[in-house]
Amino acid sequence: MFHIYCPYCEEHREEEEFHAKGQAHIARPADPEACSDEQWGDYLFFRDNPRGIHHELWVHAVGCRKFFNITRNTVSYEILETYKMGERPRFTAEHPEGKPAETVAAEKVADEADMVERQEGVKA
Amino acid sequence: MSDHTATWYNLYDARPHSEVPAESPLAWSYHHSGRPSVSQKSRVVLRERAMAGHLILRGGAIVLDEAVRGVLGFGLPGRPNTLTLDERGERSIQWLSPDEWLLIVPGGEEFALEKRLREALGDAHYAIVNASGGQTLIELTGDKARELLMKSTPYDVHPEAFPVGKGVTTVFAKANLILRRPTEERWELVLRRSFADYLYRWILDAGAEYAIGVEE
Repeated sequence: MFHIYCPYCEEHREEEEFHAKGQAHIARPADPEACSDEQWGDYLFFRDNPRGIHHELWVHAVGCRKFFNITRNTVSYEILETYKMGERPRFTAEHPEGKPAETVAAEKVADEADMVERQEGVKA
Repeated sequence: MSDHTATWYNLYDARPHSEVPAESPLAWSYHHSGRPSVSQKSRVVLRERAMAGHLILRGGAIVLDEAVRGVLGFGLPGRPNTLTLDERGERSIQWLSPDEWLLIVPGGEEFALEKRLREALGDAHYAIVNASGGQTLIELTGDKARELLMKSTPYDVHPEAFPVGKGVTTVFAKANLILRRPTEERWELVLRRSFADYLYRWILDAGAEYAIGVEE
């Protein structure tokens, strides 16, 4: 049994309460009409199957019923982190030991600037 | 995000005055599985608070908190997995998810309350759903109540992990329910109507060794 930390409930819960929903961070193509069949097929059906660090989408099905992401090592089954939707993982294939604190801080600033830009873009 | 919010909604009394008496989700279970009486030997006592008003509030915490404070006089719980009660302990609000709360009030109040909340919220972005008919609330008391829970749920119900004022949605006997602890002595279980009979029979079976009694 896994003991999984729900970032919304802010505590560890039994695996029984959760459900795995496959690979995380799959962006829908901005303009589906302009996709080739291959691009659309990749988006719909083709998933990564890495050995090592993998980002997954999970849902706290019996609980707060929110979706969130888990970074998991597919070799050792170790759960490295859980993080909310919209956040970036700290552990990635490039940084298996975790990103240094400066990188995390820089990404946060960039994300916030991006968010402001997008909101202003919507208003304009 | 759109600036539009719904200005039209269905609002109707789910408990109209009628000749036909309303019945709790456990009415059939009492008839079919019976109610063991409470005796001196009962270490667990089950009591149903039937036909209470259950409202699901959804929306932003700040907006809802302000409206609820204005109407009921007490606010939303600030932390995940907690609940707040009014002074007499009759009304409660429980955190269910970051944008969802369960408000339980004595039966009959919920329709008027929903109307007042809608007035207080105006055109804010929110939703209120009357779930009174879909679930029921039972209370477990007695010194073996915690042992009964330990047999049924994987959630840690030790007082250190489950202090007074906590409430969680969790797995219970392979079904799910809301488990909460408003006072030191009393555990509350909010059952879905469709699971109510199964869970009632489960609790009777699990409580048999503690001579469980069901209050009328």
